[in-house]
Amino acid sequence: MISPDIRARYTATIGIECHVQLKTQTKLFAAVGNDAREAPPNTLVSHICFGLPGALPVLNAEVVHLASKAAFALGSVPQKFSKFDRKHYFYPDLPLGYQITQFDQPTILGGSVEIDVEGQKKTIGITRAHIEADAGKSTHPAGQDYSLVDLNRAGTPLIEIVSEPDMHSAAEARAYTRELYLRMRYADVSDANLYYGNMRFDVNVSVSLTSAGAGKLGTRSETKNLNSFRAVEKAVEYEINRQIERLEKGETIVQETRGWDDAGLCTFSQRIKENADDYRYFPDPDLPPIVLTDEYIEQVKAEMPTMPDEWRSRLSTLGLTWAQVETLLDAEIEFETVSFLPLIEANLDKPWLAKHIANWNVNVFIPLVRAGGLKLGKDEHLRLEVEIYELLQANKLSSTNAKQLFADLAGLEKLPESIETFATEKGYIQESDEAAILAVVDQVITDNPQAAEDVRKGEIKAIGFLTGQVMKASQGKANPGLAQQLIKKQLGI
Amino acid sequence: MADVAQSVVQWLPIAEIAAKVASGELKAVDLVEQSLRTIAAKADYQAIIATTETRARERAQQIDADIAAGKPAGRLAGVPFIAKDNYLVFGADTTAASNILRGFEAPYQATVVNRLEAEGAICVAKANLDAFAHGGSTENSDFFTTKNPHDMTRVPGGSSGGSAAAVVLDMAPFALGTDTGGSIRQPASFSGCVGLKPTYGLTSRSGVVAMASSTDVMGPLTRSVEDAALVFDIFAGQDELDSTTTPRDPAGYSDIAADDTWIQGKKIGVIKEYMSEAGSLEAGVRQSVNAAVDKLRAAGAEIMEISLPSLPLSLAVYYIVVPAEISSNLSRYDGQRFAYTSPDATNLEESYSLSRGVGFGKEAKRRIMIGTYVLSSGYYDAYYKKAQTVRTKIINEFAAAFLQVDFLLGPTAPTTAFKIGENANDPLQMYLADVMTAGPSLAGIPAIVLPVGASDGLPVGIQLMAAQRQDRALLTLARQTERLVV
Repeated sequence: MISPDIRARYTATIGIECHVQLKTQTKLFAAVGNDAREAPPNTLVSHICFGLPGALPVLNAEVVHLASKAAFALGSVPQKFSKFDRKHYFYPDLPLGYQITQFDQPTILGGSVEIDVEGQKKTIGITRAHIEADAGKSTHPAGQDYSLVDLNRAGTPLIEIVSEPDMHSAAEARAYTRELYLRMRYADVSDANLYYGNMRFDVNVSVSLTSAGAGKLGTRSETKNLNSFRAVEKAVEYEINRQIERLEKGETIVQETRGWDDAGLCTFSQRIKENADDYRYFPDPDLPPIVLTDEYIEQVKAEMPTMPDEWRSRLSTLGLTWAQVETLLDAEIEFETVSFLPLIEANLDKPWLAKHIANWNVNVFIPLVRAGGLKLGKDEHLRLEVEIYELLQANKLSSTNAKQLFADLAGLEKLPESIETFATEKGYIQESDEAAILAVVDQVITDNPQAAEDVRKGEIKAIGFLTGQVMKASQGKANPGLAQQLIKKQLGI
Repeated sequence: MADVAQSVVQWLPIAEIAAKVASGELKAVDLVEQSLRTIAAKADYQAIIATTETRARERAQQIDADIAAGKPAGRLAGVPFIAKDNYLVFGADTTAASNILRGFEAPYQATVVNRLEAEGAICVAKANLDAFAHGGSTENSDFFTTKNPHDMTRVPGGSSGGSAAAVVLDMAPFALGTDTGGSIRQPASFSGCVGLKPTYGLTSRSGVVAMASSTDVMGPLTRSVEDAALVFDIFAGQDELDSTTTPRDPAGYSDIAADDTWIQGKKIGVIKEYMSEAGSLEAGVRQSVNAAVDKLRAAGAEIMEISLPSLPLSLAVYYIVVPAEISSNLSRYDGQRFAYTSPDATNLEESYSLSRGVGFGKEAKRRIMIGTYVLSSGYYDAYYKKAQTVRTKIINEFAAAFLQVDFLLGPTAPTTAFKIGENANDPLQMYLADVMTAGPSLAGIPAIVLPVGASDGLPVGIQLMAAQRQDRALLTLARQTERLVV
């Protein structure tokens, strides 16, 4: 391991390419199903995916729509004119002998996203994002003299988001990839399921002596096909250390493609790039260019959902912690049937309530939902939240009972007609009738003269004991706050 | 050609054949048999790679039965046709006359074929071509060379040479060709039939083995302009399987009858660069074209000379742009999923190099190499990009010309059909056969060739051209010209 002072002499520079699978019913250029997750090999193929003679690509309009949304999600605007090009290379999972991609005129040019690493805000530039067709999947069974090709994935629509080399630490790289993930999810352009490879990252890392000055970059390595934020972070950290170690030993860095060993937490050399590949790009004559009108672009802009940065700014007035806000942002897209943010937003004009709901979500609801206790649909769940808040606000529920009530109801298929009636039947509703509680308080004071005397003498701890007795006597129904007030009042303090 | 006349019945105009089949006067099964008999009788010309006889007979029986049952008959009911073997058609392999595709059975059909079949036409055979349509003589076929119907020692033209010869030899009332730089027009001129190259984008390329995507068009080869117009009318127009297609003329293309006054006052430009001395134009070709021009002038057309200064660069541009696209379009033939796979390969690299090395013929390899070269980084700007710039200039010059005149005309090729083997070892000389047809292909304009005379007993075709999407007007002019010349 390198020592911290050696590490401090170097600046790392990181750029990231991210492949995002777009969420379409059908493939980029063929009317064939796009969901290859569970399909048997080579069942989602047509003459187009197979690259048969005479087969021509036909652009899926939904891809253009989703790519346009992605442009806005990346702080950009879709280009009015973009086109497809052919990138040539031979590989058995590339049926045409070329990949259809966008070379010099991509649909997304320029853009930026903001990241936050331990309170340090930073803007990462987006160079470009282009639409392209995915290749098929090759597998090489161990010990066999053949390989297998599955073309189900061939022709799946991707956008490749290319960042500027604006990151300088593993933490920034991780934050950037998570931010891309959030934005793709919020824009609803991708399922962005990392497990299924809907989002894959290639990280370019180089190091140079800080004293050499900015703009003097070292030779970079590219570590391909990372499929988690953690892998991105670990791979970047590993590469920074590996490269510094080599340089410290007087060795040079070779430009190469590296792979990631997720178990060993290390990168390994895959291919040395001796000279640049010649892909012989040229405009695909089978596909007319994509021409977007101002009206179309405006229409897409108008349908953009609220993006994470907008949520952060809206929630900023509530004084929540960074972690709380991010927990809410993560949770919002974590579950298909549960929504947390709209209820907070609906109450932003009452910040104390909105903050209360936010806290309640972070501390109670989200852990419960994550524990798998929620069976209700989205609308029913929202109704449950609203009504529980109302009961809390009306002092009819203690927070302990509210949690219990939520757990009881969340596990149902359908909510009861009246949640308050249900809560009453379950005995969760607390007594806030002053006269009724007062009667119990008086009884408790009478039954516990010693404790009452202690309180009068200023032993505040004893109030807790008396309050507990009131709760016990009321079978937990009394509003504890009110009970305490009344005890104090009756004892004259 | 006496034997031809004895063994076959001359075909009626296509509209009449379909009408007689619809009325029950003629049977589709008999028409198919007539086609198959003629194909067998004329086998020496080697115009045909394979027949689709089983499927053709079944379709003919079905069509006859449907008509007998009172079902509506299509506009091409029972009409046999022959498809160039780069069209994907059921009933026989689709080889594009290449070894690499030998044995390839199409799992889907070309849109053009589907549209013809929907109107009752019956494909009876697949015609020979230069492999992958690379050539102007059919000598580049990986299988055999088709003979010119008028002189068996000469080529029929190409690459749709099998289709042109088949029509002239009466094997079917019409044949389908493809034209990338002259592949319908030049064989029509060499073999003596009508050949239509429509506006780029009016015919679907779906299901046709691609040569150069930016200039490939589908068209008919026929015995008359009227037949060409009817067949084209059936398959012209947009296709959701080909994104480069455009809508058809709402007026259609088949109703092109016009009275003798139609030609009066029509402005027709004779392309100076095609008629110039420097073009090494054969005297007999020049005489035939000039004679036709005289008749058009006499009928009332206004004839003038038009110059397109960049047109002589067409061939150079064509042989950069087209090989570039070819090198890319042929990369799917990699021996991994279909078509020829070398059994001798011991690893992936060898599988590619041996499958392609053995499977592709000389001309395909030549064009792949040229195309790969002009697209390589470092050469792209000097060749491909510059060629596209000149192509734009040629397009603009054609557009400017059509502001002055309604139509352009010229010869189709500098010569009549050449001898088999004459140019076989000189690719550059062979490429010169496209010198007059490449320009209109690069510009995407419609052009039609029809026989207007003979030179030393060999047919000469005139090439008529119109502005993009003026196919209907072009067919009308061709019909008038045909009447004046014949």
